[in-house]
Amino acid sequence: MMQNFISTSIGKKVAMAISAIFLMVFLLQHFLINITSVFSEDLFNMLSHFMGTNPLVQFVLQPVLIAGVIFHFVMGFYLEIQNRRASKYEYFKERGGANSTWMSRNMIWSGLVILSFLVLHFIDFWFPEMNYKYIEFKPEDPNRYYEELVHKFEDIRRVIFYCISFVLLSLHLLHGFSSSLKSMGANKSYASSVKNLSVIYSVGIPLGFCFIAIFHHFTH
Amino acid sequence: MKLTLKIWRQKNAESRGGIVNYDIDDISPDMSFLEMLDVLNADLISKDEEPVSFDHDCREGICGSCSLFINGQAHGPDRRITTCQLHMRKFKDGDTIFIEPFRAKAFPVIKDLVVDRSAFDRIQQSGGYISVNTSGNTQDANSIPINKDDADTAFDAATCIGCGACVATCKNSSAMLFVGAKVSQYSLLPQGKTEASRRVINMVNQMDLEGFGNCSNTGACEVECPKGISLDNIARMNRELMKASVKK
Amino acid sequence: MSKKKLTYSLNYRRPKSEYKPSDELMICIRYYHKCEITQKTKIIKKSTGVKCKLKDWNSDWHKSPDRTPIKYTDPQYKKKNKILKDKVKSFDIEELFKTVKNDSFSDYLKSKLPNGPIEKKWTNHKNSINLVSPANKRNIDVIVVGTGLAGGSACSTLAELGYNVKAFCFQDSPRRAHSIAAQGGINAAKNYQGDGDSIYRLFYDTVKGGDYRSREENVYRLAEVSANIIDQCVAQGVPFARDYGGLLDNRSFGGVLVSRTFYAKGQTGQQLLLGAYSAMNRQIARGKIEMYNRHEMLDVVLVDGKARGIITRNLVNGEIERHSAHAVVLATGGYGNVFYLSTNAMGSNVTAAWKAHKRGAYFANPCFTQIHPTCIPVSGDHQSKLTLMSESLRNDGRIWVPKNIKDVESIRNGSLSPTEILEENRDYFLERRYPAFGNLVPRDVASRAAKERCDAGFGVNKTGEAVYLDFASAITRYGKEQALINGLDDSNSEVVEKLGKEIIKKKYGNLFQMYEKIVDQNPYETPMMIYPAVHYTMGGIWVDYNLMTTIPGLYAIGEANFSDHGANRLGASALMQGLADGYFVLPYTIGDYLSDDISTGPIANDTKEFIEAENNAKEKLDHLINNKGSKSVDYFHKKLGKIMWNKCGMARNKKDLESAIKEISELRNDFYKEVKVPGEQNEFNEELAKAGRVADFLELGELFAKDALEREESCGGHFRDEYQTKEGEATRKKEFQFVSAWEYVGEPKNAILHKEKLEYENIEVKERSYK
Repeated sequence: MMQNFISTSIGKKVAMAISAIFLMVFLLQHFLINITSVFSEDLFNMLSHFMGTNPLVQFVLQPVLIAGVIFHFVMGFYLEIQNRRASKYEYFKERGGANSTWMSRNMIWSGLVILSFLVLHFIDFWFPEMNYKYIEFKPEDPNRYYEELVHKFEDIRRVIFYCISFVLLSLHLLHGFSSSLKSMGANKSYASSVKNLSVIYSVGIPLGFCFIAIFHHFTH
Repeated sequence: MKLTLKIWRQKNAESRGGIVNYDIDDISPDMSFLEMLDVLNADLISKDEEPVSFDHDCREGICGSCSLFINGQAHGPDRRITTCQLHMRKFKDGDTIFIEPFRAKAFPVIKDLVVDRSAFDRIQQSGGYISVNTSGNTQDANSIPINKDDADTAFDAATCIGCGACVATCKNSSAMLFVGAKVSQYSLLPQGKTEASRRVINMVNQMDLEGFGNCSNTGACEVECPKGISLDNIARMNRELMKASVKK
Repeated sequence: MSKKKLTYSLNYRRPKSEYKPSDELMICIRYYHKCEITQKTKIIKKSTGVKCKLKDWNSDWHKSPDRTPIKYTDPQYKKKNKILKDKVKSFDIEELFKTVKNDSFSDYLKSKLPNGPIEKKWTNHKNSINLVSPANKRNIDVIVVGTGLAGGSACSTLAELGYNVKAFCFQDSPRRAHSIAAQGGINAAKNYQGDGDSIYRLFYDTVKGGDYRSREENVYRLAEVSANIIDQCVAQGVPFARDYGGLLDNRSFGGVLVSRTFYAKGQTGQQLLLGAYSAMNRQIARGKIEMYNRHEMLDVVLVDGKARGIITRNLVNGEIERHSAHAVVLATGGYGNVFYLSTNAMGSNVTAAWKAHKRGAYFANPCFTQIHPTCIPVSGDHQSKLTLMSESLRNDGRIWVPKNIKDVESIRNGSLSPTEILEENRDYFLERRYPAFGNLVPRDVASRAAKERCDAGFGVNKTGEAVYLDFASAITRYGKEQALINGLDDSNSEVVEKLGKEIIKKKYGNLFQMYEKIVDQNPYETPMMIYPAVHYTMGGIWVDYNLMTTIPGLYAIGEANFSDHGANRLGASALMQGLADGYFVLPYTIGDYLSDDISTGPIANDTKEFIEAENNAKEKLDHLINNKGSKSVDYFHKKLGKIMWNKCGMARNKKDLESAIKEISELRNDFYKEVKVPGEQNEFNEELAKAGRVADFLELGELFAKDALEREESCGGHFRDEYQTKEGEATRKKEFQFVSAWEYVGEPKNAILHKEKLEYENIEVKERSYK
């Protein structure tokens, strides 16, 4: 019956929420590793080396993550198209701000910015990484990660683009965090009790990423 | 009060509509919004023009007939009321007011500001009931004690008037608040539990068939709902559907 | 109306065999009136004042050459025969219709009341009536017009039983019927509170509250099935209010001494209607109910004297449709909108009921209208609708006007606020006049008292049509109580006021909010203004015990019929009656009639009767559309409303009623000459729908006034200035203890009165006193 469930509007919404929660967990993990680069080059290199070489991470978690990202985007677009079809007539005058937040109404736009960021991110880190490990089969150097990271943040334009993307990620999360809980069936009272956590997460993590980028730009 | 009205006019379902401007004078702040439209219509009739059609009946905020999108908001600028309970004192002399029908693919326009909301009826028919025999031989009412909190929450969900403001205001034209309220009412009561799975699956499927959009938890529906139906009802419906799908 | 020849007859008062040839008897002129529509013949007798002995009577007089009925054996036969001939010559049928009214009780109203003791009647009746077998029910179609509490519940039970139901409503969904607006609650003799309630007590209260003008048997049955309604609705998932133990809660309501009202906050009607709607939905999904939304009934079709279908107009595209069935049920509500301003929904109308009346269904007690005391006053000419505030407010609110006319003037010109008027300068007129019941007197009494004060010039708003409903003393009382409970200082007025307002908010918060939205005044700070408004019509189509009208196969249920509330309805009884009729009465009694139709087969809708009715309806619509007059429909409706309110409102008198009949008749002529309906017939056209409804109100209004004129007494919602005591209380008359059922013969004012005598065997008829 799971197949039927997924085909309902609510099923899609739950799937969207599950992929979102998964991505948020990943983001947290990503952030925790990256932040170490600010205070310890060795720790960062060690963790990155582990993530980059552990077969479980590389051949199980990595594909799942990529699938999760793609699913979240594809489903997001699919739902957006469906929703636009359901509300195909537009009002001459509409005051959305009177009853809902900007974030909640513009998830698709914040999502698109995040997508373009991801493209850049892949070009920056992931493709060279894949190339390094699986195409050119260069020997593994456990200390190369930190250098690569620092190198990327030399260009101020990239740092600015990173920061803008993270602001939009923050907005995306500000709605997405509690929305995913609601989609999973959490009551408002429950969602509001984790509201502080949601704000800390949604603002703190993107802010942290920005900090990492700016930090490396100015300290090197 | 003197006002400029920008009203959606559309001859019938097939024809294309458009906004038409009307100037109106001598509006008293004590009038209700629909009485202001009555004045406009009387004026149009005297000028041999066709009056503006709009749905209305009880004019006390309970039947759910009235359905206008006024100045960018379902049921106008005030909260927790329907259009018929909106009074002109909420507007200022010289204001321009946009009046549009409720919009959604599932709510086609019949004429001017009148829309067809029978999709709601069909969703209810797909499962919005408890299958008891109506010819009378049921058990004594007090043989089913119901926890007061559950009864009160069920009542709050049951106060939905089916006006469609939730759909009209939703950027996705989603009907989940409406469906969630009905699913919640019955799933909270012991009488409704027996067929809870069947109900939620059927109602959600019908809702999708009617072409309503998806919920993205913007919460606009809850704010615009004249009866203040809570977003929790959507969460409860989500849980009910998950439960039902696992069971099946 | 066809004129049949007149005949002579003797006025026997006992069986013929008991007379001796020497007995002298009165000679009457008989007129055989045959109703063209129903094909029923009615005999109207008029005394000639001439008597003769039985032995002198020539029973074969019509065969004698000079057609004289008195034989020559009578010494004065020549003179007497001449008088008789002259009487026939001067016989005026129109005049007769006016004078027959008090002659006798009609034979044409067969109430079909079952025998036996009252508590057994309904059971006996159910046991003895004919039933239709489940297999045959599948072959029988029933049309139900209206989908409120009565119609919705009837549809669902009829479908549940197996009949094929076609349901019609003019709204866009059955859920929008005006039953939804009922606030207070629903009565049922459950005695859950253990306060001595019983079926008999509910029956007694209802008959007494109705001022002894309702049919005992129907009311008893209503009380009997009331408990079932609650069981049924709870099983359906209606969320009634509960106490912390999880059991159902009750509240008390005006005019009774027990707590028997079940409620769901202030939205009981909504919850019950949605319950009936959900039951309907289940049957619609099963295919047993075919639902026609946005359809208005324009006529009922009679085939061989039986109701066999209806003509409707699809309000979306204007199409005129024929629908046939084996029986037709009208559940089309009341006609309060004849007053233009009422608490009814804008669309509530009398058209279906009136069209049935024109086809031969008698209309009963049209003048019995309930005027609800606690409505929000009219604010100006633009007003389209009045809003009711629940009667429950009178539990805590005190009604008053200033004692001094000087204060009234200052209030009206805004120089004085009501809170500044000292206690000794206020006139709590209900408490003054009715010390025993005070502010909780029944609706009719409270309304009239408020009108009396306003007529005397003490009304407190701009138009002088409002009285105060003041919660200040309740706030203080509750505040003190709460202060004591919470151990606070109960002499600190600020604390007391704050606590008191909290309690009031809990009890009436939603009503106070509604008031504030409409009037823009804060009722916690300044007293509410209220004024009576038309709310419910007890009168309606005459029905027998089976709820069948005088047209075979045509039924009327809910507010559309007249049967259960007499001259005044008690609070929380309308919902009870609608559901009782729909769920528990009609579905059984209709079987008695339909059992003859099991082999009839489908009713054809292309017969001449259907075509004639359809053409008729089309012609009327065309006339309205093509009239191209100069005045809008609302102009006439408002004018009619003014006449009704001023001359047939809370207090009526002969002079006003007579002029009302004249004025309404003139207004109707004017309407057909001057009305302007924009748009086309074959499209969504609300003005056209409205025009059709107002046309019928313009006829009903006249009958209403006629009925009020003929009822020369005061009772319940009907108050005649001429019939009151010195203290201004209603004077009831024993000889008016009957139901007036009117037969349509053309102009409403010429309608023929049939009387159904009301007998009370289980209740002693007493003077209704609330002093």
